[in-house]
Amino acid sequence: MTKQINPSVLKRFRYSTDDVIDAPFNWSQLARLFTYVKPYSRSLLPKAFIAVTITTLIRLLIPILIGVYVIDRALETKDVELLSILVGTIAVLYVVNTIANRYRIRWMNELGQNVIYDLRKHLFTHVQWLSHRFFDQRSAGSILVRIMNDINSLQELFTNGVINLLMDILLLMGVLIILFTLSPPLALAVLVILPMMFFISTTLRKNIRRSWQDVRMKQAKINSHLNESIQGMRITQSFTQENENMAFFNGINEESFESWRVATKKNSMFRPFVEMTNAIGSVVLIIYGAYLIKNGQLDLGAFVAFAFYLGMFWEPISRLGMVYNQLLMGMASSERIFEFLDEQPLVNDKKNPIKIGQLQGHVKFEDVQFGYEKDRLALKGISLEMKAGETVALVGHTGSGKTTIANLVSRFYDPTSGVVKMDGNDIRDLSLSDLREQISIVLQETFIFSGTIMDNIRFGNPHAKDEEVIEAAQAVGANRFIDRLSNGYETEVEERGNILSVGERQLLSFARALLANPRIIILDEATASIDTETELQIQQALRTLLKDRTAIMIAHRLSTIREANQIIVLENGSVLECGNHDSLMKDRGHYHQLVMSQFGDIAN
Amino acid sequence: MDVLCPSFPIGARAFFMSALMITPNLRENLDLMKISVKRGWSFISEFVIFNTMSFELGGTSLEIFKKLKDYYWPNKHLFFWSLFMLLITLLITVSYPIILQQTIDRVIKEQQYDLAWSLAGIFMALMIVKGIATYIGQYTGDMFGIRSVYELRNALYAKLQRLPFSYYDNAKTGDLMSRLTADVEGFRFFLSFGFVELFRLIFLVSVSLCVMFSYSVPLTFVSMAAMPLLIVAVFRFDKKVHPAFRDIRKSFGKLNTNVQENISGIHTVKSLSRESFQINKFNDSNGDYKDRYLFTTEIWAKYFPVMEFLGNISVVFLFGYGGYLVMNNQLSVGALVAFYSLLGYIIFPIMNLGFTVNLFSQSKASGERLLEVLEAPEPIHSKKNAVDGSGMKGHVAFENVTLQYREEDQVALKDVNLVVKAGRQIGLIGATGSGKTSLTQLLTRFYEPTEGHVKIDGIPVEDYTLSSLRSKIGFVLQESFLFSSSIKANISYGRPDASMEEIIDSAKRANAHDFIMELPDAYDTMLGERGLGLSGGQKQRIAIARALCQNPAILILDDATSAVDMKTELHIQQALEEVMKDRTTFIIAHRISSVKHADELIVFEHGKIVQRGTHEQLINQTGLYKRIYEIQYKDQLENIYA
Repeated sequence: MTKQINPSVLKRFRYSTDDVIDAPFNWSQLARLFTYVKPYSRSLLPKAFIAVTITTLIRLLIPILIGVYVIDRALETKDVELLSILVGTIAVLYVVNTIANRYRIRWMNELGQNVIYDLRKHLFTHVQWLSHRFFDQRSAGSILVRIMNDINSLQELFTNGVINLLMDILLLMGVLIILFTLSPPLALAVLVILPMMFFISTTLRKNIRRSWQDVRMKQAKINSHLNESIQGMRITQSFTQENENMAFFNGINEESFESWRVATKKNSMFRPFVEMTNAIGSVVLIIYGAYLIKNGQLDLGAFVAFAFYLGMFWEPISRLGMVYNQLLMGMASSERIFEFLDEQPLVNDKKNPIKIGQLQGHVKFEDVQFGYEKDRLALKGISLEMKAGETVALVGHTGSGKTTIANLVSRFYDPTSGVVKMDGNDIRDLSLSDLREQISIVLQETFIFSGTIMDNIRFGNPHAKDEEVIEAAQAVGANRFIDRLSNGYETEVEERGNILSVGERQLLSFARALLANPRIIILDEATASIDTETELQIQQALRTLLKDRTAIMIAHRLSTIREANQIIVLENGSVLECGNHDSLMKDRGHYHQLVMSQFGDIAN
Repeated sequence: MDVLCPSFPIGARAFFMSALMITPNLRENLDLMKISVKRGWSFISEFVIFNTMSFELGGTSLEIFKKLKDYYWPNKHLFFWSLFMLLITLLITVSYPIILQQTIDRVIKEQQYDLAWSLAGIFMALMIVKGIATYIGQYTGDMFGIRSVYELRNALYAKLQRLPFSYYDNAKTGDLMSRLTADVEGFRFFLSFGFVELFRLIFLVSVSLCVMFSYSVPLTFVSMAAMPLLIVAVFRFDKKVHPAFRDIRKSFGKLNTNVQENISGIHTVKSLSRESFQINKFNDSNGDYKDRYLFTTEIWAKYFPVMEFLGNISVVFLFGYGGYLVMNNQLSVGALVAFYSLLGYIIFPIMNLGFTVNLFSQSKASGERLLEVLEAPEPIHSKKNAVDGSGMKGHVAFENVTLQYREEDQVALKDVNLVVKAGRQIGLIGATGSGKTSLTQLLTRFYEPTEGHVKIDGIPVEDYTLSSLRSKIGFVLQESFLFSSSIKANISYGRPDASMEEIIDSAKRANAHDFIMELPDAYDTMLGERGLGLSGGQKQRIAIARALCQNPAILILDDATSAVDMKTELHIQQALEEVMKDRTTFIIAHRISSVKHADELIVFEHGKIVQRGTHEQLINQTGLYKRIYEIQYKDQLENIYA
């Protein structure tokens, strides 16, 4: 256990766990966060507050009743009637307390959950409309963490934090007032424990929380590695790296152990500290209280009440410290959340956009320039025309601008200069949703959502009936493999579930696109090689899919390119050649060269 | 003022976080409960919420703990220390109300004021001892769990390394992960907390009762009157809240999947402009999560105040009847106040009863799931006196090989005979599932044949040491899995001691060097989950480089160039040609262009070899190969020269 970890071993794999845990307090951020509470400021918030106030007052009252009245008055005077009245009163108060508590729990949680619901909804909806670039710059995991974990970490703040803050201040003030009323000198004396308590509750707790955070980070590292290690086990075994990986794992396990040890060491101090503070308070009470009683400045009831109230200090102070810590964590989370909320989509609807109805699908680029980054142009002033119903193949190397053209047609980006026209209108004047609804893109890799095959095809058009879904599947020939599955269209599939082969996934995405019934279809052809039989099916399916639509193909297969009405050869963001297969082959230009270099091997 | 301090390690929070993931407010309350003072019963009862499972303690649980003994028993000294310290703590805790009683009755009532100093002195001394004991007790208790789990984790990880491919075929990553994380954590929690908690429960309740009885028997009965009701309430609450919490967890899981899929598939969403649809879907899950949460809150709101009330009503009984006793001089005032404190010591563990009992059944379930992993069979290992294969030439023979993965599966290979001379290139072609991959995976003993033998250089593969066998066979698997590490480390994965020249050389051969050099940090670029995203073709090329770097005698390319375009494939092939010269190479592919240059082509159908020969021979035979060829080739040739 004490063996030295070789630092180089730990560099074998690297997992980032660099989340900021808390951030300095920031008023404007807090104010922004609390705009989410505002909708409830006239309903749940005051209701919860009233319930909390009632329970707090009862809690403050009971020790007085027991200490001053039961012990001092009733027991001293042996007044049975007073005793029964008091006991009855206490019982009634407890009943009221029970009812108030019930509503307190309900309303506080409703408030917290509603605020969290609203916040998460706002964030998700906002993110949903952000542009590709936003998603390309971040890993899916980091976005997920914000929508799920960062929001969750605010849950406590909104559920208990806000109201507890009010309650605790009330409770603390109440206790102080009562203590000073009962006996000012004794109150002053026992107050020595307050600063100690505040220190423990804020500083020590923060320190402890940090070490737990460290534990969590080390644990996250272990989890990341385990997950990866299980998925990559076949590779590890085939490269016989079991021992090397074990050394790495022992290393991170040791790190985790160490962080646990440190955290638990600090953590174990917490309770003794709190108890010692209480003990000091008790000692002061016993000695000074006894002295005061001796001098007749205090009576027994007040003494007992003091004993009760002394125990009441810790709870609000502890919770205030907790709220303080929650706030700091909330600052970090909300900072990350607001960072996303402040992102704006790159393209927006104009004011009063043109409602276009059904598109014809006539696309025109007029001297279009575009760059993803300022100083690097992806398109260098290109002009081209795609007639309605035409199939256009874009050909060229990676980075030649094929995908960029497709992105501009569906207006994921706006050109830096020049105009993209759709049916004669500048597409910036058109309603974005109208435009996009009528353009479908078939991506190289088909993403499968968890659900049934039926759901996955229906993704193309959520309103489609079952028959329509099946029809679309039949039209592209996907029915052949679907019928072979155990539950047919109702077979459950998953994102990573490999029930479906690459080719089958592709057919599924064709069916999706067909169901969406767009006017313009943009197809990024898959490069992956697939089963020859499936390949044949895909070629047939394509013909069905492209019929009567404007089609823009980012093409890799010779068969698709050849069948295009127009081939546009691109290089470094410029159009090199334009024409159909026969004319371009005859020209013996770039296209001819490209075909021969890529597919020539076959010919030889 | 009394110090009702149930000892909950904050570490509990980490456990609950993994178990529940969703309830930071509850988690935070644990903090409170740990140090919750006297009137904090309310918060204590919130702790009960964590009871999650049924209550029966199975008879086999002892056996499970016995089997796992190796991991925790070496640390038993920590456990005993923790128990010993707990005992001291508890004794002092119970003595506290007695001191309070003495103070009230003797110092105040009997006016022996000079006793105050000595009582305070004793009290302070006791509290200091208690503080120290609490510290050591909690620390050693926690360490007992932490240390044991450290060993357990190492053992589990080592076990994972040895489990065969067939195990991973049937295991789900998610399930394994939950065993390795949640169950390990559950086990730790039990070790750190469960034993001690049970001990505390029994001790605190019985000693408190004894003290109470010694003060006044009738008052004890009166103040305990509500306890049976409380126990009933606790268990009923527990029964209801358990499924409700499971629903929250499920709903949260669904919401999480929903968001995760949406982000991973965002390009698909945008390409079909389904944003609004996705938002509605999200709103449903988001709303469901809220509803489930509030449903649970409602159970809580219903039971928790009642449980608190039952605790409080005991206080009312206590003061009503106790006050009456005091008036009749049958009880001292101090004893009455002490009773009040002692009552707290009993009510808390009772509210917690469900949770404690539950810890046992949960840890039993966790232990069972861990043992399932630890005791899984490892059928594939090196024989005694195994041969070292580092001088392997690469002559391969399959003799009457039949392979069936599981009994319910169809036969993957049926009576296959094949001899491949060292240094030859073999192309394997056929539809998905025809047996190409299965055949090659027998070489490295990823699986073992149901019948027949596989020999390399005339020696059966099972006679080689496993590590030497596998390190001489380079595999590029279909799915090019890369690790979260630098490109450099990924290429040298099979040979961590490879020099930079060797790494670059491998990358060049795999046609990966050029694109690597264009990356911001070249060979030091980090890959993986949060690292740079590479295209499928780039990943494949790194995977090929990784196999080459190992300098194998036998190279197996399992559909290794499927994700690259034809032009890149051509480049890779040219580079590989030299690499393959003195190695036996198996190329599995769909594209004829990938295999046509091989020395011999083997065509598979339904687990059998149906055709073999060179490309030229096969295209002149009627058969499966010719048909594939015609579909792939003639069509394209016509396309060019139409």
